[in-house]
Amino acid sequence: MSALLEIEELQVGFGGRTAAVRGASFRVEKGETHCLVGESGCGKSVTALAVMSLLARGGQRSAKRMSFAGTDLLSLSDREMARLRGNRMAMIFQEPMTSLNPAFTIGSQMTEVLTRHKGGTRAAALDRAAELMGRVGITAPGMRLGQFPHQLSGGLRQRVMIAMALMCDPELLIADEPTTALDVTVQAQILRLLATLKRELGLSILLITHDLGIVARVADHVSVMYAGEVVERAPTAELFRAPQHPYTRGLLSCVPVPGRVQRDKPLGSIPGVVPAIGPGFAGCAFRSRCSHADETCAHEIPRRQAGEAHDYLCRLAPQSAEPQPA
Amino acid sequence: MNVAIEVQNLRCEFRVRTGLMSAEKRVVAVDDVTFSIAPGSVLGIVGESGCGKSTLARLILGLLKPTSGTVLVDGKRLFDLDRKARARLIQPVFQDPFASLNPRRRIKDIVALPLVAQGTFSRGEIERRVGSILERVGLSAAMGERMPAQLSGGQRQRAAIARALVLEPRIVICDEPTSALDVSVQAQILNLLADLRRDLGLTYLFISHNLAVVEHVASEVAVMYLGRFVERNETDALFREPGHPYTRALLESVLTPEPGKGVPDIGLGDAMPDPANIPPGCRFNPRCRIAVERCRHAAPAPMFRAPAGMVECHLA
Repeated sequence: MSALLEIEELQVGFGGRTAAVRGASFRVEKGETHCLVGESGCGKSVTALAVMSLLARGGQRSAKRMSFAGTDLLSLSDREMARLRGNRMAMIFQEPMTSLNPAFTIGSQMTEVLTRHKGGTRAAALDRAAELMGRVGITAPGMRLGQFPHQLSGGLRQRVMIAMALMCDPELLIADEPTTALDVTVQAQILRLLATLKRELGLSILLITHDLGIVARVADHVSVMYAGEVVERAPTAELFRAPQHPYTRGLLSCVPVPGRVQRDKPLGSIPGVVPAIGPGFAGCAFRSRCSHADETCAHEIPRRQAGEAHDYLCRLAPQSAEPQPA
Repeated sequence: MNVAIEVQNLRCEFRVRTGLMSAEKRVVAVDDVTFSIAPGSVLGIVGESGCGKSTLARLILGLLKPTSGTVLVDGKRLFDLDRKARARLIQPVFQDPFASLNPRRRIKDIVALPLVAQGTFSRGEIERRVGSILERVGLSAAMGERMPAQLSGGQRQRAAIARALVLEPRIVICDEPTSALDVSVQAQILNLLADLRRDLGLTYLFISHNLAVVEHVASEVAVMYLGRFVERNETDALFREPGHPYTRALLESVLTPEPGKGVPDIGLGDAMPDPANIPPGCRFNPRCRIAVERCRHAAPAPMFRAPAGMVECHLA
């Protein structure tokens, strides 16, 4: 396999006070779904925005390497990046209502992407939009193209966002919590749709989520983020079978699993809260919440190998798979 | 039977206009809901957005007036009581602790407000009670001096729980209490709610769209669809042997952290439920995989389902 997106040691800071992303490295292979998983504030969304060069004003990005399909993203000018964005790499967000313009019809918003990047007539673009809407499972696309975002349900709006992202045949789709605002029933439909598109169009997907259930069901590879760092990377099955980092283990024990519930027992939980991380922070960011922490955790932490494609950021030696605490 | 709260034939209609010239429409948000909860138990309510679960919570709290029906707590009709008496019996915990806490007040003043509003507690008594409830929910005295914005999401939800419990109510209505929180914090709050229920003998109505969470906390679960309870049963029975096709679809759509299983095809279709246009017959029939002719014109009556529940389906 070859990497479509390669990120090495990405750093993102805002105004020199907060370090949002601190040396994150991961790669998205061609045709795979790669999940960035973590809790709020861990830097997963900022990472995606940094890749797309969409950071808010005041955000500074630096990296050892950021390449997309052989193109060095760090050396691109704003204009060159704009040609890539929405075209070869597209992005969908959590709340489709806030990413669609309420004052324009679905049709005019969908066609704009295509005519802007690829030219062509509006009629041709409308045809393409209708075809893609059928493809993402929207019935009566002709009618929907003339409607405004508020006339659509949440699930339909997210399908429109996906269809819009596909207008220019992107190679990479970045999806930031695409189903978090949706009902579980609709969530399953949208995730199935993404899996189908990946298979049929050879799309690579970088999926950002906080939900380990989603990760387990759709990801090929996973990167677990905590406080701006990728603390563990592994193929999905291996991550769930033999999680290594204490944070990954803690996170897995927090999730109530249907059918395996023991109502009289408390759920596993991670004590404390994510610490404030300023520039110059050293050592393991999880040490204040970790039951294995000792004074060595305040120093540089090694990245250990637990398998061929499985590594993690912790001083503890790898442990073999053990049954999940219920 | 010994009951903490009894809800009888509760119904709530809204009249809405969809446009300037269009005729008024009737939206039945809650349609003939009847249930009771035993003291110290937890009834979980699950359903998709718009199914009426939050409207039900607001009705029971007295924040909305029902079209018909009654709520009894300790045999007293809740709607006959004044606000102060109601507040001593029943209290809410809402989803977003940031929206439900006054951003300009200190935490300890927010938590004290229900006591102050009663008008019968001395200043010393208020201080004592606030101090002890803050400690009970895991907030230090120093936290009490802070403003809501200075607390994390989990700490704010602890403060909201402290405010709900400071009057020592019998019943707590939890409306999506952990939906805005991260999983690690969600687990802390769920464990806290479980401890408090055990130690203080509380009864919960627990509303959530997350079935795994409901399975963990509830002793009994009701599934709500377009304003009605379509199935209700003891938690284990409902999760093991769901009787209603909608319950089955909901359970199938839960993504458990089990790699390799893929995303299930729950086959509910795109016909989203619309409370302004409830279909004739069984209200679930347009999305139902197993619907037969009878489902399209006859509404199913509630039927007993073992061990202690009900289901509304012709085919159950």
